Formats: sequence, C-alpha cells, structure tokens
Amino acid sequence: MSIASRIFTKSIWVFHLSTGSCNNCDIEILDCLTPKHDLERFGITLVGSIRHADLLLVTGFCTKKNAPRVKTLYEQASKPLLVAAVGACACTGGIFRDDRNYCWNAPLSEVIPVDLFIPGCPPKPEAMISGIVTLLHSFTGRNSK
Amino acid sequence: MILYILPLLGFLFFAILGMLSSSIDRKIVGRIQWRVGPPWWQSFADFFKLIQKETLLPEGSQKVLFLLAPFLGLVGLIAVASIITGLFFGIPGDMITVIYCLLLPSLSLLLGGASSANVLATIGVAREMKLLIGYELPFIISLLVPVIKSGSFYLDDLLQWQQSSGAFALSLSGFIAFFTALISLIAKLGYTPFDIAEAETELAGGIIIEYSGRLLAVFKLMKWLLLSVGIFLLVLLFFNAEKNALFIILKYLGVLFLISLIRSTNPRLRIDQALTFFWRWLLLISIFAATLAFIGI
Repeated sequence: MSIASRIFTKSIWVFHLSTGSCNNCDIEILDCLTPKHDLERFGITLVGSIRHADLLLVTGFCTKKNAPRVKTLYEQASKPLLVAAVGACACTGGIFRDDRNYCWNAPLSEVIPVDLFIPGCPPKPEAMISGIVTLLHSFTGRNSK
Repeated sequence: MILYILPLLGFLFFAILGMLSSSIDRKIVGRIQWRVGPPWWQSFADFFKLIQKETLLPEGSQKVLFLLAPFLGLVGLIAVASIITGLFFGIPGDMITVIYCLLLPSLSLLLGGASSANVLATIGVAREMKLLIGYELPFIISLLVPVIKSGSFYLDDLLQWQQSSGAFALSLSGFIAFFTALISLIAKLGYTPFDIAEAETELAGGIIIEYSGRLLAVFKLMKWLLLSVGIFLLVLLFFNAEKNALFIILKYLGVLFLISLIRSTNPRLRIDQALTFFWRWLLLISIFAATLAFIGI
C-alpha cells in the first residue's frame, strides 16, 4: 500500500469515549496502557481532545441521550478517523438489547460507521490489541496472520 | 551567502534533533516506568501522520489569528536555531535576541489558545499566562549569569571565555544558574511538573485542544524545536569547554536525561503551587546566583 497509510498506522492517537458503559471495558482499555501490555510501543497514545484523535474507541451501548453526542463527536473529528466498538454492548447492545429498556436506542453501527468490533464482556486487553493490529493491517492492505 | 542558507540549515538540523530527542525522551520515560516505550522514529511518524490529517477551523474562532499563531512561535525558534548554527560559521550571536525570540513560542501558544473559542482552551491560556509570569524571569536571570561573568552579550565571546577559563557550570554561580535555567526550561516546554496549561486529564489538551492536522503538526514541531534548541543553548552556555562534537553530544544527552528524569518522577503541580515555587524559590535562587556572579564566585 502507499507509504502515507503505512505512516498513519505507526502513530495512532486514541480518543476514549464511554456511552453509558458499566466501566468494565474502560478499565480493560486502561489495562492496555499499563507496563505489561504497553501500547505505546506501537505508537498508540491516549489523547484528551477528539480533534487530535485517529481512533475513536467507544464503549457501552449507545443510549438515547448519548447517541446525538456520539454523532457530534464523530463530526468534530479530523478525518481520516477509525472507529472501534469495544465490548458486547457497543457491538450489538449486549444484555440491554432485548430488554425494551427506556434508554435503549440502537446499536452503535447505526449511529456512526464502525470499522472494528471487539466483542467480549469485557474483552481482554490481548483481544483489543489483536483487534487493533488487525484493523491497522487491513488499513495498509497487508494480511494479518 | 551563508546568511541565506543559515535559517534553513538551522531549522532542519534542530528539527531533526528535536524529533529524535523527543523520541529518546519518551523512551527514557517508558523505561523508567518499566515499559518498552516507543521506537526511535516515533516523532517522525507523528509528524508525517499529522500532515496527512484534515485541518479544522472551529466555529466562532478568530480565523486569521488561529491560523497564524503556530507559525509565530516556529519563526521565533527558527531565528534562535539559525543564531546557534551561525556560531559554528563564525557569526557572533546576540544573547538579547535569543532571550527575546525564546519568548515567542509561549506567546504563540497564548494567542492560539485565546483565538480558538473553547472554554478549556481559555482556562489553559489563563494558566499558561500565570506560569509565563512565573518562569520567564528566573529563566532570563539565569541565562544572564554567564553574561555577567564574562561581561559580553555576544554568544561567541561567551564560548571563547569558557575555552580560556573553564566552563561556567564549574563555578558555583554557574552551577546554580544551570539548574534554575533547566527547571524554567521544563516549564517553558510544558513538561510534567508544569504541564498545568495542557493537562491532558483535566483540560483535555488545554491550549491546543482545538488544533488539528497541519496546524497541530506545526505546534508539535515548535515543541520539538524548543526542546532541542533549549537544551543545546544550555549546553553551549554552561558546559562548553571543549570544541569536540562528541562531548557536545554527550552533554546534550545528559541534559536530556535530566529533563526526562525530572518529568517522569514528578506529579503535576497546581497553578498556585507552581507560582509559589517559581516566585518564592526559583527567582530568589537565580537572583542569588546572579549576585554570586557579580562578586565573581
């Protein structure tokens, strides 16, 4: 693939967004940055502002109140922006899907385009790292494994 | 002829040096935290990625100021970089110009944050302004200690004075002034004990929150230039006894390691704590060093 996208995948800045999650996925995301898993060796860092981000990590089922905010955040980001749905809730709605919950809206993929689904409740840090590496490899057109 | 190439030469040299130093700095911080840390080319990847990204202008911002602010600081630092590079071609640099131009990056951060129409950026600007009042005076006074000792404002004379009668850091006043200048430089860079204005966890990027794409790349480039230019200036002013390039590199790495060590082992201060530290301690210590230099110790 082109050298530009190769460089892009070497420096991914992550914006972490919780849309009504139970905090379990969020803790596992922070685990990825601890000395044991250390995502900074791939050039991945957490940033505070969506304007700096290359990857939007969304956890939690996208509640009615949060859906417009997720959409605004996606529009405010500078493109190209990758979106990853982390956890069963963000992927499908998880245990809230069939509950006819008053705040149940729709799966995240119906609110904004999602590039990567990482299922699990919560997904292991290894699963997240493997998912992100697969996404980056598909971005450059290389086969992973 | 050399005067026309000098800014380009200085800019390229110090930009590449700054990017390398930033990666080394992150690597050292990673190793101290028992991590692997990013590879040595990480800053280059960051820069070329930011260039590819879309640049957004926030609604309600002062568009012209927002676009021009990053370049103001960059131009100031390119001036300092070309002055330092000029020293190696026999052009006597001026200390007052260096001090003056080193103020421009902080000023450009203030202008950029104030023009971006964001609440968090405004809070960041207020904090940076207070911090600027704190660190600028000790920084200038401690940079003036070599000037007082040698009695000349030309950088060329300062280097020659050191070659004839030993590095400034070997005397007591120079040693103290080096440390006050180093701590002020860390505050100028916005590194961890003094990253109050950018505070990722509370202000979400603070001053640079609205910047994206190429404008953010220019700001990052400014930070990297400030890192390399600042350390190089400190090495030249306080440690340059030999003219050997290897020794300069070793001293540069030593000062960089000190900065990484201070930054990775200290928590962030509150703005009032930082101001108290700068006004009550650092300013007095730097004035003390200047007084010692006047006496001749």
